[in-house]
Amino acid sequence: MYKAGVTLTAIGLMGLSMTAVSQDEERHITLASTTSTENSGLFDAIIPQFTEATDIAVRVVAVGTGQAFEIARRGDADSLLVHDTAGEERFVEEGYGTERADVMYNDFVLIGPGDDPAGIADAESADEAFAAIAEAEAPFASRGDDSGTNRAELRLWEAAGVEPGGEWYRELGSGMGPTLNTAAGMDAYVMADRATWVAFDNPQNLELLFEGDEGLFNQYGSLLIDPERHPHLKHDLAEQWHEWLLSDEGQQAIADFEVNGEQLFFPNAAN
Amino acid sequence: MSQDANAFQTALALILSLDPDLLDIVRLSLQVSCSAVLLAALIGLPLGAALALWHFPGHGILVVALNALMGLPPVVAGLCVYLLLSRAGPLGELGLLFTPTAMVVAQVILVLPIIAALTRQQVEELHHEYREQLQSLGLSRLRMIPTLLWDARFGLVTVILAGFGRASAEVGAVMIVGGNIDGVTRVMTTAIVLETSKGDLPLALGLGIVLLGLVALINAGAYLVGESARRRLG
Repeated sequence: MYKAGVTLTAIGLMGLSMTAVSQDEERHITLASTTSTENSGLFDAIIPQFTEATDIAVRVVAVGTGQAFEIARRGDADSLLVHDTAGEERFVEEGYGTERADVMYNDFVLIGPGDDPAGIADAESADEAFAAIAEAEAPFASRGDDSGTNRAELRLWEAAGVEPGGEWYRELGSGMGPTLNTAAGMDAYVMADRATWVAFDNPQNLELLFEGDEGLFNQYGSLLIDPERHPHLKHDLAEQWHEWLLSDEGQQAIADFEVNGEQLFFPNAAN
Repeated sequence: MSQDANAFQTALALILSLDPDLLDIVRLSLQVSCSAVLLAALIGLPLGAALALWHFPGHGILVVALNALMGLPPVVAGLCVYLLLSRAGPLGELGLLFTPTAMVVAQVILVLPIIAALTRQQVEELHHEYREQLQSLGLSRLRMIPTLLWDARFGLVTVILAGFGRASAEVGAVMIVGGNIDGVTRVMTTAIVLETSKGDLPLALGLGIVLLGLVALINAGAYLVGESARRRLG
């Protein structure tokens, strides 16, 4: 009797698990994108509009830009939405992508402890702000994860003529959110994309200290993946998504997205 | 301190609101982890018993390997399954990456060594105790497996719960092979990681408390079933 009960429970669980496995047949694409777009809530705002218009669901895998490229290279995503223009162009040149288009932009901001020991709030330019942090050897938390933000940060250090390293420069190897959490914990400077910063709930002592330099521009691009290299991918559906992002409708949806009354992404597709 | 109190309030509010998104996440967590433990038990229980009963050249190495694999980092298991199921990998044709099935596969790899290794140890002790009796009954070793497993069942419940604990608590493997896709592969642990990265620490901690409560409920259920069975058997 007891044995039968155990067997029945087992069969029941098995059935339950099969439903988990088989609910998979809606029309969808897999989009590899960045944590900044996911964490800020942008996708929650715009994807339902796309799905309503086309009946295609979009499944977002949010990772760093470096990992997103790798996922797409291996043929595990139908489309890409990332923010590393140089890397995106290389992706197309290498033959993995067929098309790349500007979708939207926002900017990076420099965050730091409210008392601003390096005095970057008064800096004239991003170069000057980065140089001041290095000069003061104030703790700086770097993503250190080959993400789009990390790549942009490294370019900015180079532009400032600083080779970051030493006790004060801390490579965390984590996403934007965890890096902000850690920076808050150790009162460090950190460069973040504005969207993640505005939507971030645990700033503690951190404040936005420097913004508005041209070098802090953050462009997002959408890419289509080469159908010949990966014929199994859903190119038709991915193309619809790509076109929608660039359409008036998609661009409007991006412009309408706000957090705390602040617009976080600015559409700039070339139409 | 205020943040901790906040987390308990959040947890309570989460449970009381019966938020459909949360229920989906809880259901998927249970489905994935239960399936993984079930499959791992179906393989691991007989495997562990067989390792206890048969001794062959290389037996020691196999036992040590199994014990060592109990410490396999979830991220490594996830990475292996990712490379296996990725389109560029050997099983890419199946298109299983970023699905709950992939998450079950990864968790089976994590849970199987625990169940097999601990089963081997329990059955071996039992076998030493009853060897002569079993031999006098003229049972072949193959026939001994179900008998010994049945005799060890109370201990094995704990073994399976240990496996379930591993499956429900890990995040490294399901994050990589599932992708934490909203509504498709988001489970409790990956949701906690996501909320932490958004800086919403009370919600992250609240979800953690809900998960802990669920695991406690399942353990309590197993305990009660075990106790009542034990009492019936005297």
